[in-house]
Amino acid sequence: MSKAATSLPRSIGAHAVLLTYTVIALFPVLVIVVNSFKSRNAIFRSPLSLPTSETFDLIGYQTVMAQGDFVQYFQNSLTVTVASLFFVLLFGAMAAFALSEYRFKGNTMMGLYLALGIMIPIRLGTVAILQLMVASGLVNTLTALILVYTAQGLPLAVFILSEFMKQVSDDLKNAGRIDGLSEYRIFFRLVLPLVRPAMATVAVFTMIPIWNDLWFPLILAPSEATKTVTLGAQVFIGQFVTNWNAVLAALSLAILPVLILYFFFSRQLIRGITSGAVK
Amino acid sequence: MGSLKIETVKKSFGPVEVLKGIDLEVNDGEFVVFVGPSGCGKSTLLRIIAGLEDATSGDVLIDGQRVTNAPPSKRGIAMVFQTYALYPHLTVRDNMSLGLKQAGTPTAEIDQRIAASSAMLSLEPYLKRRPAELSGGQRQRVAIGRALVREPKLFLFDEPLSNLDAALRVNTRLEIAQLHNRLKATMVYVTHDQVEAMTLADRIVVLNAGRIEQVGAPMELYNKPANLFVAGFIGSPKMNFIDGARLGETAKTVGVRPEHIAVSQTEGTWKGTVIHAEHLGADTNVFLETEKAGLITIRLFGEYQTGPGATLYATPDAARTYRFGEDGKAMG
Repeated sequence: MSKAATSLPRSIGAHAVLLTYTVIALFPVLVIVVNSFKSRNAIFRSPLSLPTSETFDLIGYQTVMAQGDFVQYFQNSLTVTVASLFFVLLFGAMAAFALSEYRFKGNTMMGLYLALGIMIPIRLGTVAILQLMVASGLVNTLTALILVYTAQGLPLAVFILSEFMKQVSDDLKNAGRIDGLSEYRIFFRLVLPLVRPAMATVAVFTMIPIWNDLWFPLILAPSEATKTVTLGAQVFIGQFVTNWNAVLAALSLAILPVLILYFFFSRQLIRGITSGAVK
Repeated sequence: MGSLKIETVKKSFGPVEVLKGIDLEVNDGEFVVFVGPSGCGKSTLLRIIAGLEDATSGDVLIDGQRVTNAPPSKRGIAMVFQTYALYPHLTVRDNMSLGLKQAGTPTAEIDQRIAASSAMLSLEPYLKRRPAELSGGQRQRVAIGRALVREPKLFLFDEPLSNLDAALRVNTRLEIAQLHNRLKATMVYVTHDQVEAMTLADRIVVLNAGRIEQVGAPMELYNKPANLFVAGFIGSPKMNFIDGARLGETAKTVGVRPEHIAVSQTEGTWKGTVIHAEHLGADTNVFLETEKAGLITIRLFGEYQTGPGATLYATPDAARTYRFGEDGKAMG
């Protein structure tokens, strides 16, 4: 049996560190979810205790369902996230393929230019973006958000994917060329399946900031029809009174879709890594 | 089938000139091996023939047709790669048929060609497997099969044996040689291993630093090397080069192969001390530090008992001694 020798104290120590970190990371999430099931008084009296039969209250969820159009908000968030993710992965992978595969003048400069966005936050350009959207009549549309998020996600995607694509065997691509495959088929059928783990990584890194973003929905698409969940939850945060039940319930609900998406990608990611290692 | 003609092909990567004008003709049915040290441009030349790389200038003709601007799939070639380059998501059968499907070959003919070539390479039991479920040798056979079914005018091999272990390499080498005998197809084969070149080739093209040093049959290169580079590259262990002035010769360099030196314990031309002896069973390689000729390698056939410190006399075979001039070219 091949099992690398490990000393018991060491593995206990490692697990202790990892468990501590897990608890610290999950604690705020847990507090939100737990309190979303409690009455308003119970939230303030003992925020850390679990809901009992006395304090259990679904008022938060009822408010969320009754007020505003939360199903619509969820749809908006999902549309924006999934569409942006699709375009980031598609265009990012295509640009990465071009940068890693073809020799052309200015290849390095182009790579640097595309990677520049990693260092410069897109929010610095908010005013210009807003002017652009006003001029093109895209304010209060989901298209505006999708365009901005695609631009925001591309630099990291191009950067990570081009590194991975350089590792795909040249011989394989050349074999495809000799068999008469077009460059598009080489890209979609040979190269993309081999960089799937990298695609999953990029997807996770791209998806979460988009889902959580408050800034651009607030500025570019604050209308009722185009509100995202994070923006919608702000309804319950007032200047003088905040409906904590509803805020916590909205946030708890907002975690779910992104959690599902994450599970989907992380399974891809793990599958990709193991299939590469065992081969 | 197909002949190949290369006319003054040059290739530069930016300021670096990799191929400095290559002219070559390969006849129909010939097995030609490009050999040279790494970085000599042999793989680049093969990729230019395949159309995977554009030549900076010059022309490539396959079967009399100018294909300089044709894409790889329209050149009537098939290529076998060092890393096999099988499509990981396709079965062996699909790997072999993909190129034909792309070209629009009728299904019945595809089936027939796959049956024929998989029988030739005994691949039938593996047709439904994926590359990941095959061993290295089997994968390389599939890669050769994929080339076979295309029935190309020209086969190109890019160091196909480099990723195989020693025993498998000898087997696959034999298989490629038999394949050539059976198909009588034109084959161009790139390797850095001179043993592969000597055993497989009808003609060898020795390349160095982007130029052809010599073209000829294996024995021609062995017996009549045109210059110092070819003399040193072909043959193992490598030819001894001795400064002509030390031997009182007019030539700049005198070359003698390790196997063309006789030894004696009592008398001979060069007296020396054994530095090291390699006992290989069939051969014994002796490294002798001589007073007159410096350090030379001697290859003796069979077992020969000697060791460091022993005194030996070496006598080169005068008829098989080579002389090279100032410019490195062989003299008369």
